[in-house]
Amino acid sequence: MSIRERLSGNEAIAWAMRQIDPDVFAAFPITPSTEIPQYFAQYVANGQVSTEYVTVESEHSSMSTCVGAAAAGARAVTATSSCGLAFMYEMLYVAASARLPITLACVNRALTGPININNDHSDSMGARDSGWLQIYAENNQEAYDNYLQAMRISEDPRVRLPIMICQDGFITSHAVENILLEEDGAVKRFVGEYRPEHYLLKHENPLAVGPYDTCPYCMEHKVQQAQAMKAAKAVILEVANDFERTFGRKYGFFECYEMEDAEVALVLIGSTAGTAKACIQKLRAQGVKAGLIKLRVFRPFPMEELAAALSHVKAVAVMDKSEGNSGCGGPLFAETCAACYDLPVRPMLIDVVYGLAGRDCRVEDVEKVYHHLLRMAETGVTGPRYLHMGQRSNAEEVL
Amino acid sequence: MSRLAKDINEQIPWQEISPGGEIYEGGTARLVHTGAWRSDVPVWERDKCKQCLLCAPFCPDSSIPVTDGRRGEFDLDHCKGCGICWKVCPFQAIHMEKEVR
Amino acid sequence: MAYNHKKELSKPERFVGGHRLCAGCGAGIVCRAMTRALDEGDKAVICNATGCLEVSSFLYPYTAWEDSYIHSAFENAAATCGGVEAAYRALKKKGKVPDNYKFLTIGGDGGTYDIGFQSLSGAMERGHDMVYFCYDNEAYMNTGIQRSSSTPRFASATTSPAGSASTGKGQEKKDLTEIMAAHHIPYVAQTTFLGNFKDFHEKAHRAIYTPGPAFVNVLTPCPRGWQYSPELLPELCRLAVDTCVWPLFEVVEGRWMLSYEPRKKLPVTEFMKLQGRFKHCFQPGNEWTLEAAQRYVDQRWEALLARCLGS
Repeated sequence: MSIRERLSGNEAIAWAMRQIDPDVFAAFPITPSTEIPQYFAQYVANGQVSTEYVTVESEHSSMSTCVGAAAAGARAVTATSSCGLAFMYEMLYVAASARLPITLACVNRALTGPININNDHSDSMGARDSGWLQIYAENNQEAYDNYLQAMRISEDPRVRLPIMICQDGFITSHAVENILLEEDGAVKRFVGEYRPEHYLLKHENPLAVGPYDTCPYCMEHKVQQAQAMKAAKAVILEVANDFERTFGRKYGFFECYEMEDAEVALVLIGSTAGTAKACIQKLRAQGVKAGLIKLRVFRPFPMEELAAALSHVKAVAVMDKSEGNSGCGGPLFAETCAACYDLPVRPMLIDVVYGLAGRDCRVEDVEKVYHHLLRMAETGVTGPRYLHMGQRSNAEEVL
Repeated sequence: MSRLAKDINEQIPWQEISPGGEIYEGGTARLVHTGAWRSDVPVWERDKCKQCLLCAPFCPDSSIPVTDGRRGEFDLDHCKGCGICWKVCPFQAIHMEKEVR
Repeated sequence: MAYNHKKELSKPERFVGGHRLCAGCGAGIVCRAMTRALDEGDKAVICNATGCLEVSSFLYPYTAWEDSYIHSAFENAAATCGGVEAAYRALKKKGKVPDNYKFLTIGGDGGTYDIGFQSLSGAMERGHDMVYFCYDNEAYMNTGIQRSSSTPRFASATTSPAGSASTGKGQEKKDLTEIMAAHHIPYVAQTTFLGNFKDFHEKAHRAIYTPGPAFVNVLTPCPRGWQYSPELLPELCRLAVDTCVWPLFEVVEGRWMLSYEPRKKLPVTEFMKLQGRFKHCFQPGNEWTLEAAQRYVDQRWEALLARCLGS
């Protein structure tokens, strides 16, 4: 039986962690993820978990601690945001290449600089090529549900890759909303025990981890790792199916909202989906065939599936909540364009970079984007493909 | 499919290599014969050796095997010929010679 | 228990030949002596910072370590070891690990004094039951002998070379052992390779078997970096100790104890003259460098004596 509660996204994650009772938690505070180690510290203080709670002196050391702990055979977790994730950067690659299934709760916040504590996706998008699985949430419920699925995916022998469970800083992490929680025993049964084949503390044989990998071998290891990322797609769906059977809530690579007959659509990640859905309801009432794809899984990128879902749409705006600094669009746009390349008839595609450093995105803002898409569809002219929305300007902006 | 170090070589395909570069046994460096680097070779003169074992801990290459309190012949598969043992022996029971191959 | 050299040397080797360290490299000697200090039957996990030792002792698929081993990066060996140790505590209490383990971390002066300093300080402060061994060869040897904060003043290194306008490194060596003692951890020691290795062995054993964090700093000559002929390593270690350039001492639960006082303290030039990195100090016009080096060693030695006396 699910339990009705009201929790913030941070507390939902901490709650899931308590239920799972991981072996090692490496903790270092950073806004807006700080509450996660704080809630968890209280669980430790109250004797509600058996976890070794390691209060490290930096995020670099928290990821290093997780690497050591996971290699030793422990289920290791941490939480961070923004600069904290950036400080881990080197170790993110090490964790992935050493094939260590570490779970990181990422509470997305703008990456400095200038320093800013509000939400965008520049932190985790910066780590998109690090070899970590990345799953994003629209709200506290999804953050909780994704966290319960995380270890089953990352620890699967076909995958053996670390995983980031992302939610939007403040918007999701601090807003208290209704949530359905699952019972402790049911969660423990669903997540299961971590049983690695080899680990440093194994009785039968020693293990050596992290070699100097010379040219004749290193590429083979990297190809194997890339293969694991591809293999993760099937595992993510298997775990989602089992999650639905067990707890009744359905997940996939992305959520299609009013996409069946959509002529114009958005592709976006995270909490803005709620705003977009409100806008779609308004537009649909006016007869506009507007739809939304809310991406849940960014790594591995569901390329074929996304292309198929967009194949019938006339005009698509990809909403990037991080600046790619490529001069031609953000990371989600680049991936979506690549996904659509093989379609026989491609939708018109533009990128809208929005919401940087916590800049608000309201229903009216999203509506402007849909109207722009409708004009594109009507005229057949894509126009400028790389747009920003929400900034003050002394010139007339497209959006 | 073996994942023993002795079976991992530069022909191994990516499907068979150990994940993450892990190795599941200890001391596999023994398979590497660094003795080939040597230009000078230590020679142990047993008759002069008092078995004081002052040479053994100084060897960086673990090439002076000790069993039951007594040293044995040099492990020339791994000795790199640094000469520390020669210098540290108080009884001149080790001398260096040019390596002949 | 009294040190029995023959018995200790008869233990099975836990750091084997076939690694790619240079001929005569002191790091190999540290690894052997460090793992020899483990009681037979106790298992260990070795954590290693990036450096000469790491790229030489675990070059895929060849590990020189008989024990489990992990390298993750340059600046985080202590934090990585802390993670392994935390995992051990977690799994041990769940009954998932039948064996007894000890946790040994090893890094060069680059990974210890400099880039890994924060990670080391944090791990020691947190009280992990582990030992950090620093093989201090006084420069970044793996990248080609660049100066570190451990490089002594006047040593020529590739980023502090001697030249017509330079007498080598301009700054004194950082006293890391003292800094580690200031962490007020249960055990801190300084040692090197001498005679029958009694000093090294006893300190390593104490460090490993003292509950909580311990730090052992080992002066580790590097033939390439210090520019001497490899066979001179034992003599250099002896001179480092007898000139008081590298005093032997322990700090046990805050008590400073001298392990060795030379009967006759030798001039620092005896240590310096064997090494190419100090060659320029002996050139006419640079006499002042030798005097300054001597003054510094004297001053540090007197301070250490006072500390040990007052402790």
